Amino acid sequence: MKRIGLIVNPIAGIGGKTGLKGSDGEEVFREAIARGAVMESPKKAFATVQILKASEAFVDVYTWPGKMGEDICKEAGLRCTVPAGYTDTGSRTTSEDTVRAAKELVKAGSELILFAGGDGTARDIMDAVGTGVPVLGIPAGCKIHSGVYALNPRRAGDLAVKYAQGKVRETKEAEVMDIDEAQFRNGKVQSRLYGYLKIPGEGGMVQNIKCGSTGGGRESIERLYDYMADTWDRKALYIIGGGSTTAGIMKRMNLSNTLLGVDLVYGGQVLALDCTEQDILRIMERYEKVKILITVIGGQGYLFGRGNQQISAKVIRRVGKENIIVAASQEKMLSFLGKNIYVDTGDEETDKYLAGYMRIITGYGEYAVIKVSN
Amino acid sequence: MGYIKKNRDFHEARWDEPFIMEMGNPGERGILLPQASDEVKEISGDLSDLIPEGLRRKRAPKLPQLSQMQVLRHYMRLSQETLGTDINIDIGLGTCTMKYSPKVHEQLVRMEKLQEVHPCQDESTVQGILEIMYQDEQYLKAISGMAKVSLQPAGGSQAIFANVQTIRAYFEEKGEGKLRDEIITTILSHPANPGTAATLGYKVITLYPDENGLPDIEALKAAVSGRTAALMITNPEDTGIYNDRIRQFVDIVHEVGGLCVYDQANLNGVFGLTRARDAGFDMCHYNLHKSFSSPHGCQGPGAGAQCVSEKLAKYVAAPVVEFDGEKYYLDYARPDSIGKLRAFYGVPPVLVRTYAYIRSLGADGMKQIAELSILNNNYLIQKLLKIKGLSMPFAKGRFRMEQARLSWQELTEETGVTTDDICRRIVDYGFQDYFTSHHPRVLLQPFTPEPVETYSKDDIDEFAAAFAAIADEAYTAPEIVKSAPHKAALGARIQEECLTEWEKFATTWRAYKKLQ
Repeated sequence: MKRIGLIVNPIAGIGGKTGLKGSDGEEVFREAIARGAVMESPKKAFATVQILKASEAFVDVYTWPGKMGEDICKEAGLRCTVPAGYTDTGSRTTSEDTVRAAKELVKAGSELILFAGGDGTARDIMDAVGTGVPVLGIPAGCKIHSGVYALNPRRAGDLAVKYAQGKVRETKEAEVMDIDEAQFRNGKVQSRLYGYLKIPGEGGMVQNIKCGSTGGGRESIERLYDYMADTWDRKALYIIGGGSTTAGIMKRMNLSNTLLGVDLVYGGQVLALDCTEQDILRIMERYEKVKILITVIGGQGYLFGRGNQQISAKVIRRVGKENIIVAASQEKMLSFLGKNIYVDTGDEETDKYLAGYMRIITGYGEYAVIKVSN
Repeated sequence: MGYIKKNRDFHEARWDEPFIMEMGNPGERGILLPQASDEVKEISGDLSDLIPEGLRRKRAPKLPQLSQMQVLRHYMRLSQETLGTDINIDIGLGTCTMKYSPKVHEQLVRMEKLQEVHPCQDESTVQGILEIMYQDEQYLKAISGMAKVSLQPAGGSQAIFANVQTIRAYFEEKGEGKLRDEIITTILSHPANPGTAATLGYKVITLYPDENGLPDIEALKAAVSGRTAALMITNPEDTGIYNDRIRQFVDIVHEVGGLCVYDQANLNGVFGLTRARDAGFDMCHYNLHKSFSSPHGCQGPGAGAQCVSEKLAKYVAAPVVEFDGEKYYLDYARPDSIGKLRAFYGVPPVLVRTYAYIRSLGADGMKQIAELSILNNNYLIQKLLKIKGLSMPFAKGRFRMEQARLSWQELTEETGVTTDDICRRIVDYGFQDYFTSHHPRVLLQPFTPEPVETYSKDDIDEFAAAFAAIADEAYTAPEIVKSAPHKAALGARIQEECLTEWEKFATTWRAYKKLQ
């Protein structure tokens, strides 16, 4: 039996059906209610709770009062505990409520946090727990760009039960993405990588027993790190973009780095961390050979323009297309099958220059050839 | 039509049989050898003296000690706990080509004449089997359009390995060995292609499908260069989709000086219809145990055939069988050959069945294999796609050849039942568990059936009905499927971690004991 924390953001998704494209902020919430919105999130989480109820022997549910979890547990007849000293915050909950609930449920010994919400909720959970405790999202928000959710509420319940039973033991880091809602309402989609959460990894692409394949995605990404380390050009300045893949490479090389920022490396040393465009332009002046090392930012599949704006069109032009190295696991590349990979540097000419087919390193001496669109 | 049984109320025998190593008692024997008489002993001396000192064991081997009856019972029980092609409809194991292997061929390979042949015999005493091998090589030349065939590989992957070795030998001789360090393949080609290429030190460049479900030809154009050693590709791919631009693929690679290798492990979809050489390929290989009918699975016995064009003929794996007008002989005098891949030559039982299969079918018969396989598959797909929750999401509207990769993703999303659950549940209906996908799982919750040419309409109907029944269970009582198998020999689910965690991995009794 494992202790599972359950947090419902009851207002997540409230703006969806009323055409408000999100629920962040007080004004939007009031507008949604005025337009007749109902709370969808607890209904979705209820489907998850029903799955937990069916395997009650394996889960010890801790949750938050009222609409943030307790109500639906009671409705489903699921035994649950609420940490002492907290009372129902009513329907109008805020980010702070989510953050506090997550922190308290971790403190109460939760080994997995299930949360119902959208990208905004995922960011709150990330602020509260980081990658300390695995979490799993029940998709209930308007914006679902992050990779931390189960396919649907029932699958979230299934995976949580499997995790509680010890049938799924692996975890993996998944991206927390969000878009600027104000921009989104004006018709612009600008998603950003905010960080990572740890989720139970069932690995849809990991082989089953028949093929006799050992190890799944994790092993092959280790080989990708090995390859990057083995083929590292010590006479080149590397401009390293954000993301867990590039962070993994840096870790393999025993170099410090910033997960979301742009770092500069030469030889075996870090020259600068979390650089601005100006820092990059200034420092690269001094080096003859310069390379850019980036990964594909998940969700929408961007090489440039999402979370690495510091590597600007100007920087890219000076480095040259032939010196751009993209590294991403095969599993990640397969998630883009049938979708496009984009560049959006803000400069049309540069986007055109980058468009076309590009090699992406996916393993030890393994490459994928992928079309990049502008 | 005929009789289609929809619910057989199958239940497999379940003996919970221990390992034979755990059975018996000290001193129990299957055979008691009579003591030699004193006269014999006097002449022969002590038994152990018959064995040279250096060959003698210091300790007796730890063999199980039990009677004949116990041994017989043990293996009879195990035989009741197996499923396969001879006991039920084995359509589920797609890409494996589980066709009927004619029993008359088994009689041939079980003849003493073949069973007692020893690889160290003088060539003059094994002319018969050499002739069969030689004839196999000639037939395979005609089937592939290639100029030279070697039957040295023990299986499909070894044949692919031989082809990559041939690529290397060819470019080394041209002085381009170091320059040509890249091999291009597709994500839906068999993983042995990138696997063997990487094993021999090549960089592997993988093409992904375009919106039509075919490997992206523009990506190929972007990928080729003076570094390209070869293209290694399967067609039809695992999805059953035939790449009708294959000639263009070959030409693009030839233009930069690269070689083209066709993975024809499973020939069924194009048997007698197309030839690798006619599409411009420089090499191909066959898994003779699949398309050319031998009982296979459980690691053997297989046999591979390496087939190459005229310009690569001198590199094939040695030896090969030659005929000098009077006698057949093994030709080792091939200085440019990539050499031997393994001990001796070929896998005779599989090569005899291959010969018998080709002779009994003839050219027209082979063409029928492809036609019937494609017809059967398309009938099966139509049946299966009526099942709720099962779909063929990839490259919608494109024709499938001899097999198809389907997906239970919709069913999984709606019920939580996964393809691995259904794979276990199908055993409760008396069918062997099915093949999901090669690595990686490009389609989620995959299922790859392949009804080959030997199954009847009634067989296909019965097979499809079982999956319809399971899908129904998934929507009405999902726990039955999730907790399967219930009626199989193994009552419990296998803990799959034992295959992915090396420290728990044991393939011999001794290794297993060490883990205890």
